Amino acid sequence: MKLELRGITKRFGSLTANDHIDLVVEPGEIHALLGENGAGKSTLMNVLYGLYQPDEGEILIDDVPVTFAGPGDAMAAGIGMVHQHFMLIPVFTVAENIELGHERVHGILPRIIGRLDRRRARREVQEISERYGLAVPVDALVQDLPVGVQQRVEILKALVRDAKVLILDEPTAVLTPQETDDLMKIMVALKESGTAIVFITHKLREVRAVADKITVIRRGKVVGTASPDSTPAELASLMVGRPVKLNVDKEPAQPGGAVVEVEGVRILDDGGAVTVDDVSFTVRGGEIYALAGVQGNGQTEITEALVGLESVDAGRISVAGADVTRMSTDHILGLGVGYVPEDRLHDGLVSSFSVAENMVLDLYDQAPFSGRLNLDLKHIAAHAEQKVEEFDVRTSSIGHAASTLSGGNQQKVVLAREMSRPLKLLIVAQPTRGLDVGSMEFVHKRIVAERDNGAAVILVSSELDEVLGLADRIGVMYRGKIIGEVPAGTDAEEIGMLMAGQTAENGETAS
Amino acid sequence: MSTTAPVEDLTVDHEVVDTTLSSRSRILRAIAYAVLGLISLVWLGTAVDGGTAHLVFDGHTVGLPAKATVIVVGIVILAIAAWQGVRGFGRRATPWAAGIAFLLFMVAFFSWVSTQGTNPAIDVVGLLQNSIALSVPLILGALAGVMCERSGVINVAIEGQMLAGAWAAALVGSVAVTWVGLFGALAAGAFMGVLLALFSIRYLVNQVVLGVVLNVLAAGLTGFLFDAFMANDSEKFNQPGVLGEIDIPLLHSIPIIGPLFFEANIVVYLTYILIFGVDVALFRTRWGLRTRAIGEHPKAADTVGIKVLALRYRNVLIGSAIAGLGGAYFTIGSVGGFAKGITSGNGFIALAAVIFGRWSPRGATAAALLFGFAIALQNNLSINTHAIPSYLLAMLPYVATIIAVAGLVGKVRAPAADGEPYVKQ
Repeated sequence: MKLELRGITKRFGSLTANDHIDLVVEPGEIHALLGENGAGKSTLMNVLYGLYQPDEGEILIDDVPVTFAGPGDAMAAGIGMVHQHFMLIPVFTVAENIELGHERVHGILPRIIGRLDRRRARREVQEISERYGLAVPVDALVQDLPVGVQQRVEILKALVRDAKVLILDEPTAVLTPQETDDLMKIMVALKESGTAIVFITHKLREVRAVADKITVIRRGKVVGTASPDSTPAELASLMVGRPVKLNVDKEPAQPGGAVVEVEGVRILDDGGAVTVDDVSFTVRGGEIYALAGVQGNGQTEITEALVGLESVDAGRISVAGADVTRMSTDHILGLGVGYVPEDRLHDGLVSSFSVAENMVLDLYDQAPFSGRLNLDLKHIAAHAEQKVEEFDVRTSSIGHAASTLSGGNQQKVVLAREMSRPLKLLIVAQPTRGLDVGSMEFVHKRIVAERDNGAAVILVSSELDEVLGLADRIGVMYRGKIIGEVPAGTDAEEIGMLMAGQTAENGETAS
Repeated sequence: MSTTAPVEDLTVDHEVVDTTLSSRSRILRAIAYAVLGLISLVWLGTAVDGGTAHLVFDGHTVGLPAKATVIVVGIVILAIAAWQGVRGFGRRATPWAAGIAFLLFMVAFFSWVSTQGTNPAIDVVGLLQNSIALSVPLILGALAGVMCERSGVINVAIEGQMLAGAWAAALVGSVAVTWVGLFGALAAGAFMGVLLALFSIRYLVNQVVLGVVLNVLAAGLTGFLFDAFMANDSEKFNQPGVLGEIDIPLLHSIPIIGPLFFEANIVVYLTYILIFGVDVALFRTRWGLRTRAIGEHPKAADTVGIKVLALRYRNVLIGSAIAGLGGAYFTIGSVGGFAKGITSGNGFIALAAVIFGRWSPRGATAAALLFGFAIALQNNLSINTHAIPSYLLAMLPYVATIIAVAGLVGKVRAPAADGEPYVKQ
């Protein structure tokens, strides 16, 4: 099946997310759609999948124009999509998730009563999963499965519906390096069986590994095509529109005394399950300590415990010589701790507050921003103007709500606020998630600068490249434990193995 | 083709530290049993002064030595408490243990009641009959709640839907024939459902606030319409009659079971069918799978081509119609006439039953039966004993509701998208 998009245009109010985009996908090819976050890739795919209606342009299948009123039409036409945020129902089984929407029914008056034929549904899932080599536990609840397996379920959902064109929207964002490799193998196998794959991503390495064709999108427009042989630098500059530096410049660390000491910390979640299990580590001033690992292995919990947002069940945490295990967040921040949470819009900012207000969320009650009774708005504005300048926040006014800013600029606001106090410890979680290459450069530079000023830095990241580029020491978390601690310069392969729970000694999955 | 990890490796073990949690709940349960046992042994044991307790089963009177019964029951329940505290019951035995302890306690309690005052005989089957009669509207209301909330719309308006149904049943039943009133009730419930659906699904109004408003609307509207013409001309507009009792051949002559379940009116039989029907439909049919899907993750359902909003409209309408049917039970199902506020809070108890029953038709039915029993018990006791102040007795159903929801249910998980409107970009 040949798929063609001609002049697709989609506007949201004054924003043109897709501007006359042309794209041809041939059967049996992996077509990479490369672009920064916010370039319009996901919008384009949602148009193709019938979730959005294009304002202009048409979709052709085998040279016949088609219109999709909804995902149902797109699926019927042979288009399947694996969304960036999985469209799976956590409390349903794998088989139920796969059959949802095209259920097999039997019994009396099957069309009206629609009694589910569970046996046939299971058999179908098993058949197709064997045919494509995508092993899934048919009767397990989706919420109990690792992300990589959930993704396989998503792919099976499309395959069961006879998808000829498979759209994968940022499929590797949530995967371990090993799971990513598995996914690439699956993609190649599908391609060989004649399925066309549209692979949406901003990761250059993956594109070069599997793509047959590359189309680059910037600000809603196709800015060019490239061959998979292009160098990362070429692709990056095409994507960003200017030459970019892909490596982080930094001098070797000059660590001082210990700033953070975590000893045997255990954290339980609301249900009593262990999320952090006997974790100990030390971070010295002037070094960047990375907590690497796939999301959901306890990194969020341990960092929240460091700033008093999560209660510690057992163990001890000290920061700058003070025992903070049971200290309030306010006091901990007062010790000289800066915290950049992983979800900046939810936890880092009050999204309906203005940029200026967000800049003083931690200092509003102190001079010069606060008088005896009232806030000193003049000082707050002046402070914001200065920080906007210093951190290159692109906003037309400091009075605009934080939610109106792009992701990169929101992150700069958070950084500007957290770095406006003298810091002994800076905790940054997923600092460049969803940021474009340009903003990424900036954020990395500031983090290194803070280190060079003598602060201890804890970096939580699931991006291996970021960990390798920034960290001076790396602790890899897996299922709530620090499964291994390695120095900077360790090769990606080894860290990737650790992220999947495999240590050099046992060579198999630890549990 | 290279295969990825073998299936055996894909099962995920939950490493849960539940020793602390479960030991805590074990101790709490043991304490609860111990309290029950001690009440029976010490309080009832001293309050009962010999004599014989008379329990009536379907016309047959059984005499029990009151003091001995109370003491034996107390000891048995204390034994259950001890076992619970030391060993604990397994997952399967836990509800049985609770049921047996409760049943024994009721025997002891009635032995005491029967030796009070005029030494009344306790009509056990009659009490259970009343419980079921009082449970029927609660069950229908709770099924309405389950239908709506499983598809992601919170239904606080059960009370209003029942009230509208009760009113319409009385009016239509009077103007036409009694049984036609049922259709009036269904239509009135569905009308309230249209309002709920339209404002929550289309206009995204906060569903809890909306439900409260609809309850007030139903109370005001039926009250006004009642005053406007039904009260003045009740012969014409408010004498629908009562639905006749239908005895199911053979089944109704089974002792105890027969009079309990198979000598009732059409609404009760419809309730049986609906409990079974909604349960099967929700968990075994295409409709049920889709309904649960849109209540959990509407966007996921949308991406596989399910029409989320249409299904929500449909389920809210059907559910509300069921609540309307529950309302009909108050008028043409029992007293044969409408009065202002005749549903008297039953819709709210039904709402509690939805939560207590964990959003499942079976659980909600069990919860509704428990609440119905509490109300029947209150009625019975207020006649048979003066040892407990009537005001305290009047609290019984509500206390049972609060204890059930707060204490026994613990943490329950509502459908993930319950109360979340679905908006397409």
